[in-house]
Amino acid sequence: MEAWRFFKQTLVLVAKGRPVYYAWCALLLLVMGIGLWFYLKQMETGLIVTSMRDQVSWGLYIANFTYLVGVAAAAVLLVIPAYIYHFDPIKEIVVLGELFAASSIVMALLFVFVDLGRPDRFWHLIPGVGILAFPESLLAWDVIVLNGYLVLNVVVPVYILVNSYYEKEPIQSFVVPLILLSIPWAVGIHTVTAFLYNGLAARPFWNASILAPRFLASAFCSGPSMIIIIFQVIRWVSNIKITNEALFKMAELIAYAMFLNIFLLGAEVFKEFYSNTIHLAPLLYLYEGLHGHTALVPWMWLSLAFNITAFLLFLIPRTRQRLATLNIGAFLIIVGVWIEKGPGFVAPGFIPDPLGEIYEYFPNFTELAISLGIWACGLFVFTLFMKVALPIVRGDFIHSKYTKSISN
Amino acid sequence: MGNRVYTRREFIKTLSVAAATGAAFSSLSSCTKEAREEFLQKRFVEMTDAEKKGVIARLEEKYRRAYGKQFQISTQGARPKTLWGYGLDLSRCIGCRRCVYACVKENNQSRYDPQLQWIRVIRLKKGSLINLEDSEHYYNPQEVPEPGFTYQPVQCQHCENPPCVKVCPVKATWKEPDGIVVVDYNWCIGCRYCMAACPYKGRVFNWADPKLPPEEANTAVHYLGNRPRYRNVVEKCTFCIQRVRSGRYPACVEACPTGSRKFGNLLDENSEIRYIIQHKRVFRMKEDLNTEPKFYYFFAT
Repeated sequence: MEAWRFFKQTLVLVAKGRPVYYAWCALLLLVMGIGLWFYLKQMETGLIVTSMRDQVSWGLYIANFTYLVGVAAAAVLLVIPAYIYHFDPIKEIVVLGELFAASSIVMALLFVFVDLGRPDRFWHLIPGVGILAFPESLLAWDVIVLNGYLVLNVVVPVYILVNSYYEKEPIQSFVVPLILLSIPWAVGIHTVTAFLYNGLAARPFWNASILAPRFLASAFCSGPSMIIIIFQVIRWVSNIKITNEALFKMAELIAYAMFLNIFLLGAEVFKEFYSNTIHLAPLLYLYEGLHGHTALVPWMWLSLAFNITAFLLFLIPRTRQRLATLNIGAFLIIVGVWIEKGPGFVAPGFIPDPLGEIYEYFPNFTELAISLGIWACGLFVFTLFMKVALPIVRGDFIHSKYTKSISN
Repeated sequence: MGNRVYTRREFIKTLSVAAATGAAFSSLSSCTKEAREEFLQKRFVEMTDAEKKGVIARLEEKYRRAYGKQFQISTQGARPKTLWGYGLDLSRCIGCRRCVYACVKENNQSRYDPQLQWIRVIRLKKGSLINLEDSEHYYNPQEVPEPGFTYQPVQCQHCENPPCVKVCPVKATWKEPDGIVVVDYNWCIGCRYCMAACPYKGRVFNWADPKLPPEEANTAVHYLGNRPRYRNVVEKCTFCIQRVRSGRYPACVEACPTGSRKFGNLLDENSEIRYIIQHKRVFRMKEDLNTEPKFYYFFAT
């Protein structure tokens, strides 16, 4: 009964808002609608409407999936200082970070879903009903860890928020183990996703042990960068208390992660270029071009420039602790890592293909529209989460006030 | 076991009804009996004989309507004491691609938009066999062979350790007892992980509806082989499972004008393939990947 009343109240909260809120939601719904329309067309005709072919059989969808798993994993970056080191400015906002992770996982799962040729056979993956090839297939591992992470990142913040609503202290023995579990789990989702590629001896570019560490390092750059920007938006629309110190702390952690990321890239570049075997081809394709095929070269250099610039901005305390330069850095990392992790990672695994053919993949409008639709969907989910969570965190939406307003 | 299957089916039925009310997928919203049965169809190896019979009857009816022909869909299993192996004489291959087109014809591949081919012949400069980066896939001269080049046909190598099978998240592809790697076209979810895992480009995908003109359809098919296929599902060479399990050679072996292609039972000491392995210098593609292909390249002369 109480739960039902709470739920009803949240619906009211979500349905009411300022004109800006309605406009924002309408925009997201529009982009989602366009994406859905293109997706239905893709279903009707087949994946032939994308730019993917036998040579490059994964493209923008799987690239976005990989990126977003990393973004989701980065929620731990908030959890670690908040719960292990009791860094208070971050503790207040960790709930929001976890909801952000949950929204990212929703997007990641949607990206896998739109990439499936036969979504009607999705149930084949459900253990018991279908057959999940666990533990042989890393994709089966990914299905399990991603869904588990989603559950974890919904249960923990919702539990904390509902308790705040009733002005009760969360039961520590229940919630703390879950929070601690989410730390290795976050590392787990990104490691499993890296292993998904890493285990394929057919693709030398992915078959490098440096892959999982690089994945983690870049994830700890892109995820928190996104959170830095989103938290400022939240602060701006809801006057919730998010201190600058929390943002600066995140930027500092990003600087360390970005150093690792660039270092690991350097290690890979050295090994491939100095030993100069035939497995150099994909890296050559990325940074120099291969047999006259240079589609990704400008993107890769742009990505590297962005990442290095952002690293310097976040390393130097003066630029890290000014909102203008902080935001420039965050933006550069979001884009830089996306290029590196998306098009710069998935496509070159297939180029050249195992028989030496080069097919230059570039996503077409259908893939862009569907991808944007999914990003809009993730933002929409996050917006609704925030619409309920922010008033609770702020202390406006709590049970005693609600009952008071009824008796009035 | 019987019970478990029953409850599973029941559960799926409930699911499908729920999904249909949500009008989630076009395949459900049409919801004819046939579509429902196809949707609920189990993985081939888990079907009882009676279930297989039902599926075959339904498929034959479906193909009759689509192609106006009576198909014979075999479900014949592997022969005992058989492990199929393939030999390819690189010194004889002239790169004419007759095998490629014989394969397309025999195996009911999509003919156009796009045409799917299970065999790819690559042209290599003489002196280079391992580094495939300089291989030419779309060579198109007036006449073959061309001086200075060798040709290497590549198709599924039917590995003993197939990486494609290992990665499939739903076990829609597996190695049969006679060593043939097959795909259940009705169980594949189209994730294409197997394509990423294959070091030989042995798998192709139906990116669109396969286009098979009725007059060109081959009606002698195997369930795990050359039966007409579906959009957004993966497929590959099966050593012509429909032929070899009834004592015939694969179509590519028969089509080769130079006799470069050899086929036989690796467990039979007197087979031609065993003779080749014993007496010729054979190699297998990318042996360093430990996939143990059962596809042997050799030089007879």
